[in-house]
Amino acid sequence: MTSASLPASAKRSKRVLPGFGLTMGVTLTYLGVIVLLPVIALVLKGAEIGPARFWAIATAPRTLAALQLTLTAAAMATVFNAIYGVLMAWVLVRYNFPGRRLLDALVDIPFALPTAVAGLALSALFAANGWYGAILEPMGIQVVFTIWGVAAAMAFTSIPFVIRTVQPVLEDLDPQYEEAARTLGAHPFTIFRRVVFPAIFPALLVGITLSFARSLGEFGAVIFIAGNLPFKTEIASLLAVIRLEEYDYNGAAVIALTLLIIALVLLAISNILQARALRYRGKTG
Amino acid sequence: MSLTVQNLTRRFGQTEVLRGIDLEVKSGELVALLGPSGSGKTTLLKIIAGLDWPDAGRLVVGGEDWLDKKAQERRTGFVFQHYALFPHMKVRDNIAFGLTVMDRAHRPAPATIAKKVEELLHFLQIPHLADRYPAELSGGQRQRVALGRALAIDPAVLLLDEPFGALDAQVRRDLRRWLREVHDKAGTTTIFVTHDQEEAFELADRVVVMGAGLIEQIGSADQIYDHPASPFVARFLGLTVEIPVTMRAGRAEAAGLDTSALPRRAMADGPATLFLRPADITLLPSPEGAFRVTEIATTGALLRLRMEGPADCQAEAELPRRAAPALSLGQTVTLRPEVGHIFPGSPTPAQPAPAPAPVSLIKESSR
Ligand SMILES: Nc1ncnc2c1ncn2[C@@H]1O[C@H](COP(=O)(O)OP(=O)(O)OP(=O)(O)O)[C@@H](O)[C@H]1O
Ligand SMILES: [Mg+2]
Repeated sequence: MTSASLPASAKRSKRVLPGFGLTMGVTLTYLGVIVLLPVIALVLKGAEIGPARFWAIATAPRTLAALQLTLTAAAMATVFNAIYGVLMAWVLVRYNFPGRRLLDALVDIPFALPTAVAGLALSALFAANGWYGAILEPMGIQVVFTIWGVAAAMAFTSIPFVIRTVQPVLEDLDPQYEEAARTLGAHPFTIFRRVVFPAIFPALLVGITLSFARSLGEFGAVIFIAGNLPFKTEIASLLAVIRLEEYDYNGAAVIALTLLIIALVLLAISNILQARALRYRGKTG
Repeated sequence: MSLTVQNLTRRFGQTEVLRGIDLEVKSGELVALLGPSGSGKTTLLKIIAGLDWPDAGRLVVGGEDWLDKKAQERRTGFVFQHYALFPHMKVRDNIAFGLTVMDRAHRPAPATIAKKVEELLHFLQIPHLADRYPAELSGGQRQRVALGRALAIDPAVLLLDEPFGALDAQVRRDLRRWLREVHDKAGTTTIFVTHDQEEAFELADRVVVMGAGLIEQIGSADQIYDHPASPFVARFLGLTVEIPVTMRAGRAEAAGLDTSALPRRAMADGPATLFLRPADITLLPSPEGAFRVTEIATTGALLRLRMEGPADCQAEAELPRRAAPALSLGQTVTLRPEVGHIFPGSPTPAQPAPAPAPVSLIKESSR
């Protein structure tokens, strides 16, 4: 055997499973057509506008107000989801109680429900004469037509992300770590903070990122409860629709592109944080 | 600190995992819990650590009732079989963990903790590993770190659950010696679990043999090896050949058996069972022999033979191949046991030894 033929045979032997070329081709084509092309089209549209004009549209008072509301409400929803999601995952994994499986199934409802239905239901509940509104309104807390309503709708539709990313990691967490911590004198809260939380943190980060990204783009559930008052409770994606209806394609594209950039930056930050949180896995991975 | 376990019982549903354990461990002693898989060793260790609770019984350590105490208050150093090092903490932080989680009133200053960790790293001969993560260590190194983490809290008792179970033979032997040294220097009362009798005999001051939730025998390596207290212990120590005999005037008699090498016993006449190691049997080819060779296998150095005797009695012998007499399948032989143990009563219907250890290991039993 010549020395030149060695690398070739070595290369070939790496492909254990057949059909790599075909499956990879199909996947990439699909990804290109469905995901990448629209994004590129959007970016080109934005480039067409030119930076000065882009900036002017993006910083117009109404756009700015919409972006600010969207980001703030999404942040509020995500903070809530991060805390509640971990709690819920904890309860589902660590305790065995009647109805646990039912509760587990309920978690997926926000994903399964048409968002318009969720929006209608939420606004009915929080309206002044609704079940929740009737209690909150006399206390001076208004939810419908305020940022709280927007955040509530966002939180509702994105909660499964956190629960479903954290839950499997908690399930796989070896109880021996906690037992070891107990014999070393750590009390429950310390164990959670120093042993359990670091273990679920990377997954939580993924859940948080997805939850935030989803909240940024949530439309159906929000518009029912928000009231959509310009400068007050008008979310960015609704403003994009309004611009489109006014045949202001550039206006719509700028808003969409801005949301896209925010989401991408977030994803990048999340990935960096994750990589740092997983440093300990070492080179052996 | 001294440890006393009294009549400890633990049930999981219907199954009794511990059926009344009584055990005394002296202060500074190194005790091995030896027993087959499922005999309740881990359960006993977990109860001592406060990670599990008995259904009945007492547990007193250093004069204090430990069943009144939570795991956090007991100060046990528990070393898990798979180490259970915190993966996101460096070696240094793993070892410091028990000190950093103490409540404010008792927690040493950060500098004191750092110093103590440094001392332990040197004591365990791993100072160069201080800034690595557990994933970057070998099994033996992880074991040392786990021991360091347990020792850092100055434990009242050190509990090790099959500390060398996941390591290869060479590392096991090295760490075993090293653990003995660490124990002698630190002077901590230590209980360690193993199902490797060589390990138990070599390392421990006393060995506790457990079987199915009961203590079968407690003693030094020599005591247990020379005088197994029950058929269970005998089987567990590798005396896997069981031959029904009749005791007559202190001698065991059976067809095809030449027991002239065995000393007389002070035992009542009647049926009994002779327990033998396959390696302690000499084969004498003879036309009148009551045992027939049914299988011959070679392991290179050893010849392993199976024989069938009267009344379906199965026997197994092992002899050096070079010294073996010319034997062939179907040949009849007489068995001549060189050493053996006799327990009254007929053999229990074929209950195989739970963990027949390799015979070659049993030989080097002294420490
Ligand atoms: N949480 C539990 N629930 C039910 N049964 C259990 C539980 N823990 C242990 N057991 C049972 O108790 C028995 C003893 O278990 P234990 O882990 O103490 O054995 P062991 O002597 O440590 O065995 P090994 O050498 O395999 O580790 C086993 O039969 C096991 O199935
Ligand atoms: Mg065990």
